[in-house]
Amino acid sequence: RQELLKWNGWGYNDSKFIFNKKGQAEFTGRRYRLGGMVLPTFKEWIEKTFGASLEHKSTSRASLNVNDVPPSVVNEEFLQDLRATKISYSQDAEDRVFRAHGHCLHEIFALREGIFRRIPDIVVWPVCHEDVVKIVELACKHSVCIIPFGGGTSVSSALECPEEEKRTIVSLDTSQMNRILWIDEKNLTACVEAGIVGQDLEKRLAESGFCTGHEPDSMEFSSLGGWVATRASGMKKNIYGNIEDLVIHIRMVTPRGIVEKNCQVPRMSTGPDIHHFIMGSEGTLGVVTEVTIKIRPVPEYQKYGSVVFPNFERGVACLREVAKQRCAPASIRLVDNAQFQFGHALKPQVASIFTSFLDGLKKFYITKFKGFDPNILCVATLLFEGDREKVLQHEKQVYDIATKFGGLAAGEDNGQRGYMLTFVIAYLRDLGLDYYVIGESFETSVPWDRVLDLCRNVKERIVRECKEKGVQFAPFSTCRVTQTYDAGACVYFYFAFNYRGISDPVHVYEQIETAAREEILANGGSLSHHHGVGKLRKRWMKESISDVGLGMLRSVKEYVDPNNIFGNKNLL
Amino acid sequence: LRTVSHSLFVYSQQKELTSKKRDEFEDILEERRLSSDLRYAMKCYTPVIYKGLSPCKPNAIKSAVLQSEQVQYVIKQLAKETGESPDIIQEEAMEILDEMGHSMQLGAVRFFAFTLSKIFKRLFQRVCVNEEGMQRLQHAIQEHPVVLLPSHRSYIDFLMLSYLLYTYDLALPVIAAGIGKDFLGMKIVGELLRRAGAFFMRRSFGGNRLYWAVFAEYVKTVLRNGYAPIEFFLEGTRSRTAKTLTPKFGLLSIVMEPFFKCEVFDTYLVPISISYERILEESLYAYELLGVPKPKESTSGLLKARRILSDNFGSIHIYVGQPVSLRTLASGRINRCPYNLVPRHLPQKPSVDVQEFVTDVAYKMELLQIENMVLSPWVLVAAVLLQNLPAMDFELLIEKTLWLKGLTQTFGGFVEWPDNLCAKKAVTSGLALHSNVARLVDGHVVLNDKGKEDGAVEETVFKRALAVLLCGTYRNQLLNVFVRPSLVAVALQMTRSFRREEVYSCFSFLRDVFSDEFIFFPGISLKDFEEGCFLLTKCDAIQTTQQEIYPTDKGSVVLSFLSAMFRPFLEGYQLIFRYLSKEAKEAFTEKQFIPGVRNFVFQLLEKGNTECYEALSSDTQKNALAALVQLGAVKKKKMTNGLTYSVNQEAVNNVLDMFGSRVPAQKPVAARL
Repeated sequence: RQELLKWNGWGYNDSKFIFNKKGQAEFTGRRYRLGGMVLPTFKEWIEKTFGASLEHKSTSRASLNVNDVPPSVVNEEFLQDLRATKISYSQDAEDRVFRAHGHCLHEIFALREGIFRRIPDIVVWPVCHEDVVKIVELACKHSVCIIPFGGGTSVSSALECPEEEKRTIVSLDTSQMNRILWIDEKNLTACVEAGIVGQDLEKRLAESGFCTGHEPDSMEFSSLGGWVATRASGMKKNIYGNIEDLVIHIRMVTPRGIVEKNCQVPRMSTGPDIHHFIMGSEGTLGVVTEVTIKIRPVPEYQKYGSVVFPNFERGVACLREVAKQRCAPASIRLVDNAQFQFGHALKPQVASIFTSFLDGLKKFYITKFKGFDPNILCVATLLFEGDREKVLQHEKQVYDIATKFGGLAAGEDNGQRGYMLTFVIAYLRDLGLDYYVIGESFETSVPWDRVLDLCRNVKERIVRECKEKGVQFAPFSTCRVTQTYDAGACVYFYFAFNYRGISDPVHVYEQIETAAREEILANGGSLSHHHGVGKLRKRWMKESISDVGLGMLRSVKEYVDPNNIFGNKNLL
Repeated sequence: LRTVSHSLFVYSQQKELTSKKRDEFEDILEERRLSSDLRYAMKCYTPVIYKGLSPCKPNAIKSAVLQSEQVQYVIKQLAKETGESPDIIQEEAMEILDEMGHSMQLGAVRFFAFTLSKIFKRLFQRVCVNEEGMQRLQHAIQEHPVVLLPSHRSYIDFLMLSYLLYTYDLALPVIAAGIGKDFLGMKIVGELLRRAGAFFMRRSFGGNRLYWAVFAEYVKTVLRNGYAPIEFFLEGTRSRTAKTLTPKFGLLSIVMEPFFKCEVFDTYLVPISISYERILEESLYAYELLGVPKPKESTSGLLKARRILSDNFGSIHIYVGQPVSLRTLASGRINRCPYNLVPRHLPQKPSVDVQEFVTDVAYKMELLQIENMVLSPWVLVAAVLLQNLPAMDFELLIEKTLWLKGLTQTFGGFVEWPDNLCAKKAVTSGLALHSNVARLVDGHVVLNDKGKEDGAVEETVFKRALAVLLCGTYRNQLLNVFVRPSLVAVALQMTRSFRREEVYSCFSFLRDVFSDEFIFFPGISLKDFEEGCFLLTKCDAIQTTQQEIYPTDKGSVVLSFLSAMFRPFLEGYQLIFRYLSKEAKEAFTEKQFIPGVRNFVFQLLEKGNTECYEALSSDTQKNALAALVQLGAVKKKKMTNGLTYSVNQEAVNNVLDMFGSRVPAQKPVAARL
């Protein structure tokens, strides 16, 4: 699998944005709907938005320089004992570097132009729960440090090795633990090994006519165990729930032993739920090996949709109303104007004159006839799922509400493209990096009444900070309301800027991201909705959950892992 | 921690002080005198607006206020508590809104533009504005909601400011002006003002929660929408003495709330200094301070004031200060997170941190006003003259005025004295403009303090007091620029010691006593002391070592001038304290206190036992009483019929002792310099 993936960027080797010989943007590969298509307006958008120019390229080094990689220093006795277990392992530099990072900007930047100071000394590949038990026992015996590794899609510096760690660091790669152990159709549950990657899980369950419905944007690469460890959220949570709603049983190997419940029940009242110590523990307590998860029959019918609103305020008001009436479709998202235009720029070349004529007509209707300002309007994308009849009924209900808030239905195609974008957008950063543009996303959750204020203030703060830090071209800062709840919403920000003329772009970037996070917290937003804390957001934990709260978590850590075998230093 | 943030806070201010470079002035009347007022009033008026503005009509704002969660919440609460039906209370709220509410109409604005052009050209020679300040303001209005904080010396203030904004094609401000009993009576003018965008608040509505809720929400709605700049007076009311009044905090904390609650990204506070060469209401003020009922400011009264229109009131200088970002001020001082735990529409008592912050910002803004307040030559003349009564040699007056000009500039005062204007001309034209205050007789300048030749003693004292207070109004404009070095000078005299510690402790005592009289940034006594010493060193009046401060040989001129400048206050307070320790009843109301102390001082003046006419000023009297309250020598209690004071005789005597042992006997002021 490692071979399929980029070593210094996001996703598959064969899928990326390039500028072809004609200078037009193109997305390569056949994995995505956008694959092989030419995006005629994209170049102009990049130039206009970032002031970037195709003539100014900053190239990554072509491959890893093995000599730069810190040597592997492995505790000899541990290695001997490990060999005896027959669990496969590697001390190869590329294997180790691949597992030394997640996908934060500074990590990718280090891969392209710098190097990590500390990386795992050895990678192990357990194939089952028992293997993990053995590895953890050996680690305790020889005092080495374990960092569990799932899909490697972390964006919180959670996978980075603490520089000051003197012990041998073992990267425990769960990818070989990827079997579905059983499916229980009567209770609609499945027991799955934690290393399975999201899209494989769905594919294999589909063979039996089931799905979990858990679809984080990273589902092509992220693993079940990783979801549990970070408290993941899926796009279709309105129907299937977030990870905490999906999980029925967890098995985790800790230095103290195995922690699990004695039954597989929908709910129990036995003190604080121990699952909640595990979910979001970010690899600080142990390795999740097996998870029993709820499954559902694969839905009969899926339908995308989209609605245009005259402005963001109306759009948010509509989403709030949908949430109030508890009739949110599987997914409902609202992108602001900047993101709408961004999506527009990624429109592929149209196949026929007829489609282009239709597009023109639509545009005319919305902007001229309905009087929407193309620089203010915003779009909601929808995904309905379920019985065909119910979907159509549901669709009507949602569109009726949208109409009350000045929304106009804007077609299935726009909706579908919106969701496809979420998967390819991660590839865009790599393109940006080639042209002095750096960017990242971050998220938060916020009460309904503060959504608008938070979005406006955070975007403004980013613009301001960029200016103060000497960023010459106004940054691209945009947001979308990406999940709705009864009491609030999840807001997702993209932020990118052209860093030409700045000597230490990563540092500047981090300062701005920090300022943006401070702004989020001041505006009543959370430290994180689903990305987690890792090491990137640790500094705000105390103010987020209070001193006592932090102490509670610490005491769990102290009991479960007194010698800090799981020493990735996340969270606490 | 507070001191740390304080010093940061003040530091920025001092930096401004040293690197001060002020803008140039433009006379906006010049253009008016050259071209048609009618065309000016009918000009295309398309003010720049806040970038986030969603346009709406005044009525839409009113209904938004009425329907707001904040107001509805209070209505429900009141209904629950009083048993009144919510509809009736809602109606009441509507009435309050109508009473306050502005309704900006372009027609009224144009009418004002036309009439004010006519009136201002009659009254004033020049209306000078720093154009760069206007440009900064224009920029600020587009960026964030703006709060205009002008100084308040005259009713002209807000007319002039609106006129100014109109002239520069900026949105007219929504004005929170107090409804005095005097002011709402001005029916026609009131209604016109309202249509031009003013809205009014009652001067006192302490107990009325509905009023407060409606009013606060109104201000915040205008601010949040960026509908128009909000304008109000930190001083709360017109300063009758031309000396900056200590700030009021209510409105300031209202306009800060949207930022604290993250409803706006930032808010600009713009200090504006408006100074008058001759204040329109000067004699009204003097009468008022002496307790003589002034004519009611009714519309007909204003018409009678037509007489005034034929008079000359010199120039006005308006300095629009640098917009101050509230976000920057609050950064590192205010944690906005606590606001996240309670729904934002619930009324919340501001935390101690926030209260302190509001206080500090209020003082900072007033100090910025003071810093940019233009001082005319006449202000210097008045200050010199008051130390040389009853008559002063004209040549000497000129010489001394010029000397004071230098000193004022050393202290950072903003003297508007054209380069080519010779001192004699400056003094002469000042005398001409203020012929009602002083005049030239046989080469000597004397105050106009003569009653009828055969008038009773009482009449003489009254006339003299009136003249002194009138003249004092101009000297007062210097005081806040001079107060730090002067109190050092006074402390040096009072302690008769050169030990730094002793001088400082006396300075600190004086600063506390005068904390209502002059504007001091809270809690930085030592910094003020150091600044005072620094300025005195700068003009070679003192020399300092680590432990000692001593006057230089030639410093005595400066030092005695400075302490003489503040003597009226030292002596005045002493007299008032004496009254409280000897004459006053055990408990009294403010209504009883003022006439009591006035009679007491009046008698002393009649008998010739004191020369301190300024102790007759009700302003000084109130401040002195407030000082004792702050020092704990007088207790203030809230009773059903208002405030009641009770004196702790012993404590007052103690304060008096501090003074008595220290205030030096009045020496004849060194007339030869």
